[in-house]
Amino acid sequence: MASYILRRFIGSVVVMWAVATLVFFMLRLVPGDPIAAMLADAGGPEEMEAMHRRLGLDRALVVQYGIWFWNMLQGDLGSSIYGSRIPVTQIIVEAIPRTLSLSLLAFVIAMVIAVPAGILSATRRNTLTDNTVSFFAFLGLSMPDFWLAILLIIVFAANLQWLPAIGYTPIDEGLWEWFRHLILPAIAIGTAFSAIIARMIRSSLLEVLSSDYMRTARSKGLTPWMLMWGHALPNAMIPVITVMGIAFALLISGAVVVENVFAIKGLGRVLIEGILNRDYPVVQGAVLVVSAIFVFSNLLVDLLYGVIDPRIRLH
Amino acid sequence: MPLLAVENLAIDVERDGQTHRLVHDASFSVERGETLAIVGESGSGKSLSALAVIGLLSEGLGIAGGSITFDGRDITKLDEQAHNALRGSEISMIFQEPMTSLNPVRSIGHQITEGMRLKLGLSRRAAKARAIDLLEEVGISDPAQRLKQYPHQLSGGMRQRVMIAIALACKPSLILADEPTTALDVTIQAQILSLTSRICRDHGVGLVLITHNLGIVARYAQNVAVMYGGRIVEQATAAELYRAPMHHYTRGLLSSVPRLDIPRNVPLSPIAGAPPDPLQVVPGCRFHPRCAAATERCGQEVPAPHHHGGHQVACWHPVIERPEHAMVQA
Repeated sequence: MASYILRRFIGSVVVMWAVATLVFFMLRLVPGDPIAAMLADAGGPEEMEAMHRRLGLDRALVVQYGIWFWNMLQGDLGSSIYGSRIPVTQIIVEAIPRTLSLSLLAFVIAMVIAVPAGILSATRRNTLTDNTVSFFAFLGLSMPDFWLAILLIIVFAANLQWLPAIGYTPIDEGLWEWFRHLILPAIAIGTAFSAIIARMIRSSLLEVLSSDYMRTARSKGLTPWMLMWGHALPNAMIPVITVMGIAFALLISGAVVVENVFAIKGLGRVLIEGILNRDYPVVQGAVLVVSAIFVFSNLLVDLLYGVIDPRIRLH
Repeated sequence: MPLLAVENLAIDVERDGQTHRLVHDASFSVERGETLAIVGESGSGKSLSALAVIGLLSEGLGIAGGSITFDGRDITKLDEQAHNALRGSEISMIFQEPMTSLNPVRSIGHQITEGMRLKLGLSRRAAKARAIDLLEEVGISDPAQRLKQYPHQLSGGMRQRVMIAIALACKPSLILADEPTTALDVTIQAQILSLTSRICRDHGVGLVLITHNLGIVARYAQNVAVMYGGRIVEQATAAELYRAPMHHYTRGLLSSVPRLDIPRNVPLSPIAGAPPDPLQVVPGCRFHPRCAAATERCGQEVPAPHHHGGHQVACWHPVIERPEHAMVQA
């Protein structure tokens, strides 16, 4: 088991390196020069050249890459090339709790809705309940998250004025305030996720419910609760967990867009601002962190398998 | 009063808006500590009859008539909750496929003890102790260790032993065994069958043994019911049925099984044709298209079961042999 985790960990690091390298070179292929944007008309060719030299952008691409990579290994992701030159690590450390709060809350809300909906749908197949759940699942899947976000703001923030439309409050300034600010964006990005998971649980559960071992369990005269939670769900969740790893990506990419709608300065907003400004170090740092979240959430999913399915428990 | 008395049981299936009868007029009974074998080909309705008794007919199937009296109560009239209370504690079942009949993600220990904790109200410790005793009784070595294992770590024969332990767990008075050995190696089959019948005899448990192999039931069952096309065509004690089978289908079954007491150069005689599609209506006796002795009447009127010299047989032209012409010595 330990050697498996180690191997997977090394593999994950290699993936992150590949992503970081790819982003490094792709960013520089994108037309547009950050210095030109920054100085606009204010500087002549000399100032521009001086600025390039100061930021190290005059060197060969490979040398820039080498320097960036060497610094990264030491935990230094560089600084924003703008204004007060805030270190990238500081920007990211501030952004991560916001994005993670948002994604995790979205995940929790999505599961709280998806699990009962999936169970209801499967156990009352082809009834009004099932059709209603399916209707809302497809509706949820069909709504783009940014559109749903705007809709939620219009209804709950602008018209009803129950919840704030924008901003973020850290959790240590009060759980309620934190929750109040995050609930709308979390619903916006969690809806599609919830719909996917509910559909998955339904189909997976339908297959499990008609299996031989469920018949055995019924022949023991167990209660419906024991049948569902003790026998059916542990099996039905195995394929669902696979999809959860992939769908978690959906949450993060949803966060990128929805953070901008709700003006939450999380990773997504940092990334978009970075890209628009050609702020190379910021984009590189943010992409590295996002890819780390991806890669490790998938690793976590693979390890979770072993916990719920004894057949693939690794020795 | 027998432990289980099934009378005129009829089972229907609903398909494409049409109702088809899969089991007609089935009547059989089992006493405590006694084994009844129900023999038939696949689709003959034998498994359905057992599933009806334990109340686990799948969706679309339903009891359309008759009664199932268990311990003096007609259980066809019970609601789902009352029926569920009987399952496990009064009636339990062993299934055909040991490879898929155990939950792959729960430990053996959990699958044996959960019923006892619910039905017998045992504590975790007491349930575990009883599970160890049960595994020992069904012949599994190192039972304490096995409780922690998962089904994939056990062979098919082992899993079927675990299934027997599960069936016995809550001290039921009736066990339905649906082809318990079909999926197992031949060498294991006899072990499992003798284990099941010995345990049922020792504990005074009634056993309904469902099988397609008429050859194997002789040693384990007191009574045999032969099913064909959803009807019981012949019923007698095992000894009597082997001595002088009266229904042409029973005779066909017996002569299509290889035997040690018949010279090897005598070819087996298979029954011509194929068993009927359960959804297709066949007028008269359902066996008549394959029966050498069939007459015009056989294709028109359904023969009612009648008693004849210790047999109950549903045939217009039963074979009545004098003792000296008996096919075999039981």
